[in-house]
Amino acid sequence: MLLNQFLVLSAALFSLGVYGLLVRRNIVLILLSVELMLNAVNINLIAFESVIRSADATGQIFAIFVITVAAAEVGIGLAIVLMIFRNRRSANVDELNLMRW
Amino acid sequence: MYKALTLLAAEEGGAVAAGDGGWWADTAGIMLVLPFVAYLLILFFGKKLKYQGGEFAVGALGIGLVWATVLFVMNMTGGVLDHSNTFEIARIGSGIVFELGWMVDGLSIMMYFLVNFVGLVVFIYALGYMEGDIRVNNFFASFSIFAGAMLVLVGAPNLIQMIIGWEGVGLASYLLIGHYWEDLDNVKAGNKAFMTNKVADVGLILGAILVGVAIGNFDFAALSEAAVSQNAELGAVAFVGGLLLFFGAMGKSAQFPLHIWLPDAMAGPTPVSALMHAATMVTAGIYLMARMFPLFQNLAQDARPYMVAIGAITLFAIGLLALVANDIKKVLAYSTVSQLGYMMTAVAAGGYTAGLFHLFTHAFFKALLFLGAGSVIHAVHSNNMSDMGGLRKYMPTTYWTFVVGSLALAGIVPLSGFWSKDEILATLGHEGYTAVMWIAIAGAFVTAFYMTRAVALTFFGEFKGHGEPHESPKLMTRPLIALAIPSALFGLLNIPGVSLPGIGNFTEWLSVRVVAMGDHHAEAINFGLAAAGLGAALLGIALGWMIWGEDKKTQKERDSLEIPVLYPLLRRKYYIDDAALGVVGATMGPIARSVDWINTYVIDGIVNAAGALTKGLGGFVYGILDQRGVDGFVNGLSVVADGAGAGLRKLQTGRVQQYAAFFVAGAIVLAVVFVILI
Repeated sequence: MLLNQFLVLSAALFSLGVYGLLVRRNIVLILLSVELMLNAVNINLIAFESVIRSADATGQIFAIFVITVAAAEVGIGLAIVLMIFRNRRSANVDELNLMRW
Repeated sequence: MYKALTLLAAEEGGAVAAGDGGWWADTAGIMLVLPFVAYLLILFFGKKLKYQGGEFAVGALGIGLVWATVLFVMNMTGGVLDHSNTFEIARIGSGIVFELGWMVDGLSIMMYFLVNFVGLVVFIYALGYMEGDIRVNNFFASFSIFAGAMLVLVGAPNLIQMIIGWEGVGLASYLLIGHYWEDLDNVKAGNKAFMTNKVADVGLILGAILVGVAIGNFDFAALSEAAVSQNAELGAVAFVGGLLLFFGAMGKSAQFPLHIWLPDAMAGPTPVSALMHAATMVTAGIYLMARMFPLFQNLAQDARPYMVAIGAITLFAIGLLALVANDIKKVLAYSTVSQLGYMMTAVAAGGYTAGLFHLFTHAFFKALLFLGAGSVIHAVHSNNMSDMGGLRKYMPTTYWTFVVGSLALAGIVPLSGFWSKDEILATLGHEGYTAVMWIAIAGAFVTAFYMTRAVALTFFGEFKGHGEPHESPKLMTRPLIALAIPSALFGLLNIPGVSLPGIGNFTEWLSVRVVAMGDHHAEAINFGLAAAGLGAALLGIALGWMIWGEDKKTQKERDSLEIPVLYPLLRRKYYIDDAALGVVGATMGPIARSVDWINTYVIDGIVNAAGALTKGLGGFVYGILDQRGVDGFVNGLSVVADGAGAGLRKLQTGRVQQYAAFFVAGAIVLAVVFVILI
C-alpha cells in the first residue's frame, strides 16, 4: 500500500507551508504558504479515502470543499493584499503594525 | 320544537327558494373593509380636500351601498340568500375555531342596506352640517370607523367577530360624543356612554362565552342549529346565557335602566346622533337579540317575561320623559329609547319579524327627524325649543319632512311607523302578553303626544330666537327628502298577508335558511288592533294640539303643563341618574371613611415603624456594607482587571507572523498531548 509515502509527502508539504508562513516577509508568499498547507491536507484526505473507500466518498468530497474554500480565501486574501499595497507601497509584513493595541 | 320543525319543513317545501348570491355575495366583504380604508385615506389625505376628507367617507358608503342594494334586490326577487365567507384566524384550545368573515342572509342584508343607505345620507348631510366646524377631519375619520364597525358587527358570522364590531362601535361613539371636548360636559357624556356600555358588555362577553363554549362553537349557524335541535349542553346554559346576552343588548340598545347614556350622547354633533339612533349603535342590541332568536325561541323561553318587562318599562316610562325635555335632540333621544323598547319587547316576546321591521322603518324616520332637528339647530344656533317656534315659515322643506317623520313615528296610517307598530301590537297579542300590548298602545299615545309637542313648539307659534332663521343649504335638505320617501312608504313592504308581486314582503326576506325562526306572522290585518293603535296616536295628536297648538301665544304658556307629581318625577328623569350616583355614594362613603381610619391609624403606624427600621438598616448598609464591602470588592475587581489587561495587551503586537508562530506552537503542543495520551 502506498499510504505511507503519501503521508510523508503530505507532512513534508505541510511543514514547508508552516515554515514559509513563519519566516517569509512578503505577504504574497505567506498566502502561497497557506495554500501549500491546504493542499497538504487535501493529499492527506485523498490518500486516506483511497484506502478506506467509504460509500459516500467523504474524503474526496471534503477535499473539494477545501479547494472551494481555499479559492474563496485566496480571492479575499489577495484583495486585502492589494489594498494594503496600494495604501502603503509595501508588501512586507514587518512594516504592517496597524493591528496592535 | 314541533312548530319550528313543521315551519322549517314548510319552507323547505318550496315556498321560499334559497340562493347563494354569487359574485356579489362572495365580494360583500368589501363593504366591511371600505370604511376602514376611507378612515386611513381621511387621516392621510383628507385635510387637503374641500370637505376635509368627508368625500372618502361618502365614497366608501356609496360603493358599499351598491353592494347592499344589489344584494337587497337579489334577496327580494331571487329567493332568500344564505351565504357566508369565513377565514380562519386562530384556533382556541383544541376545538374552537376563531373565524372572521361576512354573512349574507336576509337579516344581515337588511342591516347592510340600512347602515349603508342611512349612513350615506347622513354623511352627505354632514358634509354641509360640519362645514367650517372644528376638527372636521377627525370627525369624518371617526364617523367612518363608526359605520365600518357597525358593518363588521352585522356582517359577523360568529359571536366573536360581533363582539369586535360591538366594541368598535362603542369606541367610535365615545370619540364622536366627545367631539367637542373643550366643554367638560361633553367629555363626561362620552365617558358615561362608554362606561354604561362597558357594564353591559360584561354581560355580552360572559353570555357569549357561556353559550359558545357549551357547544364548542361561536358560529351563529351552529348556535341556531343547536338551539333548534334542543342541544342538551346549550339548553343547560340557555336561561343564564340568554339573560346575559340580553343584558349586553340592554346597554347598546339603551333599555331601562341602562338607557341613561343615550340622552347625554346628544352632546355629539347632530349627524352622529342621527346615525347612532337610526342605523348604528342602538340597533346593535336588537340585532343581537334577532341573531340569537332561535336560542330564545327554542331553549330560553323562561327568560322572555323578564325581557318583555324591561322592554315594556322602557317603551312607556322613558317615552314620558320626552314630554318634559326642552332640548329638541333630547326629545328625539327619549323617543328613540321608547321605540327601542318597542323593538326589544317585540323580539323578546317572539316577534322576530315584528321587531326587525320596526327597526327597519324606525331607522329611516328617526334619521330623518334627527337630521331635521339638526337643520333647525343649524338655523337658530340653539338646541332649546324655547328658542324656536314658527319655523315653518322660514324652513319649509325641513318643516314638511319633519312632519312626515313625526307622523310616521306617531304611527299614522299609511306611513311606515303605523305598519311596524301594528305588527308589534299583533305579535304581543298573539303571544299572550295582553297587558304589555295595552302598555304599547298607551305608548303609542305618548309617542304621538310628545311628537306633537315637539312639532308645535318648533314650527308653530312665533319665533323666539335671535336673528332671522334661514332654510339650510341643499346639501342638507336633499338628504331630508331622501329619507322622507322611505319613511312614508316602506311600511307598505310588510302589510300582513300581502305579498307584493315579484318581490314578496319583508317577512319573507328575513326568513333565515339555517333554521326556521318559528315566529308568528299575522295572515291578515287585525282591524280592531290597528284601530286601537291608530286611535291612541290620533288622540295623542289631538290632545297635544289642544295643549301646545298654535293658539297659545307665548312659548312659556304653551309649555307649562304642570302635573303635580308626574312632572317633578319626569324632570329628574325618575331619579335614575341620581339613584345611580346615590347608590355609589351611599355604599362607597362608609367604606371610604373606614378605609380612611384604617389608613390613618393602622397603616400609617406600620408604615412609620417600617420607615424607621428601614432608615437604620439603610445607614448600616450604606456605611459598612456598601462603602467598605461592596465598593471595596468592586474596586478590587477593577484593579485586578486593569492590571491583567495591561499585562496581556502586550501580547497583541500587530505582527501577524508572531501570531502564527503562537498558533503553530499551540498546535504542536496539542498534537504532542494527543499522541501521548493515546
